[in-house]
Amino acid sequence: MSSDEDRPSSVSRPSLFLERQSYRRRRLSDAARLLPFMGAALFAIPMLWPDSRSAQEGVTLSSAIFYIFTCWAVLIVASLVFGFAAGRMTAQDDSDPETDQWQR
Amino acid sequence: MSRKVLLIEDEPNIAEAIRFLLTREGWQVETHAEGTDALQVIQGANPDLVILDVMLPGKSGMEILRDLRELEDMQGLPVLMLTARGQSRDREMAENAGVSRFMTKPFSNTEMLTAVRDLHAQATQS
Amino acid sequence: MATLNVLILVCLGYVVLLFGVAFAADRMAAAGRGAWLRSPLIYTLSLSIYCTAWTFYGAVGNAARSGLEFVTIYLGPTLVMISWWWGLRKLVRVGRSQRVTSIADLISSRYGKSNTLAICVTILAVLGGTPYIALQLQSITLSFSIFAEADPSGLYREGSSVFWVAAGLAVFAILFGTRNLDANERHHGVVTAIALESVVKLFALLAVGAFVVWGVAGGVGPMMDRIDASEIGQWNVDAGRWTTFIFLSAAAFVCLPRMFQVMVVENADEGHLRTAAWAFPLYLLLMSLFVVPIAVVGLDLLPEGSNPDLFVLTVPLSQGNDWLAMLSFIGGFSSATSMVIVTAMALSTMVSNHVVMPIWLSTQEGGGAVSGDVRNVVLVARRVSIAVIMALGFFYYRLSGGGAALASIGLVAFAGFSQLLPALVGGLFWRGATRTGALMGLTVGFLLWIYTLLLPGMGGALMPEVVLHNGPFGWGWLRPQALFGIDGMDPMVHSVMWSLCLNTVAFCVASLLSFPSPLERLQGAQFVNVFDHSVAPRRWTGSVAQSEDLMIMTQRILGAVPAQEFFQAEAEKQGGRASLPEPTPAFLERLERELSGSVGAATAHAMIGQIVGGSSVSVEDLLAVADESAQLLEYSSQLEAKSAELTRTARQLREANTKLTQISEQKDSFLSQVSHELRTPMTSIRAFSEIMRDTDGLSAEEQTRYAAIIHDEALRLTRLLDDLLDLSVLESGQVSLNVGGDTLRSVLDRAVSSALAGAGHTLTVQRSKVSERIPLQTDLDRLGQVFINLISNAQKYCDAEDPILTISAHDVGGQVVIDFADNGSGIPPEARSMVFEKFARVGVDKAGGAGLGLAICREIMQRLGGEITYLPGQGGAAFRVRLPMAYRQAAQ
Repeated sequence: MSSDEDRPSSVSRPSLFLERQSYRRRRLSDAARLLPFMGAALFAIPMLWPDSRSAQEGVTLSSAIFYIFTCWAVLIVASLVFGFAAGRMTAQDDSDPETDQWQR
Repeated sequence: MSRKVLLIEDEPNIAEAIRFLLTREGWQVETHAEGTDALQVIQGANPDLVILDVMLPGKSGMEILRDLRELEDMQGLPVLMLTARGQSRDREMAENAGVSRFMTKPFSNTEMLTAVRDLHAQATQS
Repeated sequence: MATLNVLILVCLGYVVLLFGVAFAADRMAAAGRGAWLRSPLIYTLSLSIYCTAWTFYGAVGNAARSGLEFVTIYLGPTLVMISWWWGLRKLVRVGRSQRVTSIADLISSRYGKSNTLAICVTILAVLGGTPYIALQLQSITLSFSIFAEADPSGLYREGSSVFWVAAGLAVFAILFGTRNLDANERHHGVVTAIALESVVKLFALLAVGAFVVWGVAGGVGPMMDRIDASEIGQWNVDAGRWTTFIFLSAAAFVCLPRMFQVMVVENADEGHLRTAAWAFPLYLLLMSLFVVPIAVVGLDLLPEGSNPDLFVLTVPLSQGNDWLAMLSFIGGFSSATSMVIVTAMALSTMVSNHVVMPIWLSTQEGGGAVSGDVRNVVLVARRVSIAVIMALGFFYYRLSGGGAALASIGLVAFAGFSQLLPALVGGLFWRGATRTGALMGLTVGFLLWIYTLLLPGMGGALMPEVVLHNGPFGWGWLRPQALFGIDGMDPMVHSVMWSLCLNTVAFCVASLLSFPSPLERLQGAQFVNVFDHSVAPRRWTGSVAQSEDLMIMTQRILGAVPAQEFFQAEAEKQGGRASLPEPTPAFLERLERELSGSVGAATAHAMIGQIVGGSSVSVEDLLAVADESAQLLEYSSQLEAKSAELTRTARQLREANTKLTQISEQKDSFLSQVSHELRTPMTSIRAFSEIMRDTDGLSAEEQTRYAAIIHDEALRLTRLLDDLLDLSVLESGQVSLNVGGDTLRSVLDRAVSSALAGAGHTLTVQRSKVSERIPLQTDLDRLGQVFINLISNAQKYCDAEDPILTISAHDVGGQVVIDFADNGSGIPPEARSMVFEKFARVGVDKAGGAGLGLAICREIMQRLGGEITYLPGQGGAAFRVRLPMAYRQAAQ
């Protein structure tokens, strides 16, 4: 999301404001879709590491642990951020019956 | 020379007025008030001119005219048609049916006399 | 050294605590208190029954053997959780909107409420679940034995302890898992207890980890060095196993019956997923944080050959930290018990709803749903199922001997449950998925799983060595661990790959080739587009349903009081005062959902079907299914609505236009007639006035005559204008009636004298004055106008030699009927329908009437609440006037 979208739009143009809102929701749901793929990609990287059977110097277990747990933590934080954003979005328009429309 | 006009009109007062006017012009006026047998009456009377009302009991003036023009020897008979309805559609219909002159009631006596004279003059010239 | 007795005491105390917590939570929920019982935190913690004793103890063992491979089991669920927005959210929404009771129920419900599928899934679940329960029992026994070895008294007997553990767990599950019949209701007691156990096991593992890192290794840095220096200090995870296990655990996380139970069935609020999406991965991270350190330290400290699966217990014990070991034991105990309880509950729901209930229903003749006490049957079935499942687990444990063969069963069970994945995911996201496809996929995957993984893993008893090495009947390409001659793969990876691939292929191909039933398509649409229409389009036709039968049946399932409350609420919703609601489709639908919470979708459907007499699908539903995409459907239905609206508008416009044209034509013809009526007298007037003006020498006689004509025609014009005005007032309805009272006789008297006045008395009027003594309450002047009109008409038009008008009056049941009949030739039949129209005149108008008289009469009689009609068959012209004796406003 660019800073442009974050800028609050003027009250005098409510339609634009709504469009912005729904635009941001779309991007948010894109992010939600992307997150597991990002996670899968991160966790696929260890497959490229040389394992102990190969001639090369392998990756030490401590660095492997460091890598995996860091990725894990990053995913958790991303999920936390998304959860809050989604919660705020849903809370904002509880009255709007079409809340779910935008996730398609 | 005797000129004969056949007046087909169901309103007795109007018929009387026209009779008065044309008699004074030297016409011999015969009247008839029915639409049904008008055609036979015309053939029987053999007039020089026919004055025909549109709204007649039994058969409308339009139909009488149309039937009249079907007859071989009646093509050139001058027919002056009178109507009280005064719709332009009636004029068109009458012209299609082969009317010689079309007049809307009420008319002035001069109008009536002029029309009769013109029609008679045309008929005798041709 | 802690004695075994202390351990048993602590254990019992812990169990009592769990019972207490569960009991208190149930009480609180029943009393409507304790909103925190439904908090996202509790939900997240309850999800952690994913971490069983197998992961609690086994993760360390696995780490000691294969390094970081263990972490895959946690990474899979993490990926599932962070994709909750388009994955789990949909599953939970479907589960809640369809009131699903188990994963078998969900799959059955999706594929047209097929009970065959439900039974398949149930069998698979029991087959996979039983060894898994045995594994938990084994872990408890093993951990006991660690303490028993150290206990000098030697009182410990392995067999009996397992039995008591199994029995205790069964009692717990029965007590708190089958309290309420509605399996769809939250089991607050159980959920709260397992949430507590989750905290305990996490705390225990973290405590052991902290002790190992800071107490034994002396900090994070030294610990890391020690890890790198250990025998597992290098990254040596096989890429195939790494991916397969991540995928497998992700699949199992969704498909495991116990996970489905806590994640979907016990879910109180969809919004909880938002919290669980980050909190549960965090929990998993914490659970695995110290696994490698514990394994490494265990490998360092403990003698060669000690079981790495028990490092969590033995490391603290070896350091003399008995209380920590005790805590760790409780942690493992927690993991095992919570898993066993929830699994037993989930499986028992499946067994009772999909196996016992259908069988029981089919043994009951016809209206069986109404005749027995279903409530009891379901409860007993569920309790017995729990006991049987626990017994199965126990016997499996005893038979398998509790060796290392059991240790691998965790992943084997995962592979088994993941066979549900194609049917589940396909059902949620693909409307083309059919029942046949699901059945084929499941069967193929299930058989391959048994053949390539379960049987080879169970040892020589069930699969001879010969088959394993040479294939059945010596067919090498069918070797269980090298299908189609592809050799050298890890058996696990091999099995998962083949079974899931062929499962998916069979599912897709069979789905594409088969054609779903309407109900299936309906459910498919509802599942796939669950976010679009939360209101179900599925309908019952309630026309023949008997509310009372439904009531009786519902009472037996839900219990008397809830059923009555439900029916009362429904009746009130329908706005009736009766205690029984009308069996409307909407009501039946809600009832079915309510019931399906207790007995499952397929059974509820069948039960209502028995009473209602078959289900039917409404036209809208079929339309809803017909279109493959709901968006397309919505769009096209919008278009349809619009075009229908356009058609409607166009038709209305056309009608309005026709009406206007008619009115305009009527107006034209009216105007042209009025014009004619006006011009005719005016022609005479003009002609004669011009004659009188322009002609000299008119005789006095002529002058008088022509002036009289002008006068007559002027009068005729006046009459015409009067009539026109009168008619227009009458027709517009603006006429004000002047109601008065008099007898018919005097009204007629006045009318006759006024009609005949001024005319030569040619018309004889015959009346019977006695019968005319009828009192009238109406507008007498208007009525008189009608009479005058009729009399003067007779006077004008009666063509008899000696015209006679007979007026006769009758009183017919509060109505006055007056007939006016003359002795003339009457009106010809073809003209009769026309006489009341405006300007209608029959024959030559002798008197120069405008032809409005009868039209005015008709209007007047309508205003007076009566009518005027032509009376045929009277010899001459005859009219009948009919009017109420007393004018009523309502008659207008």
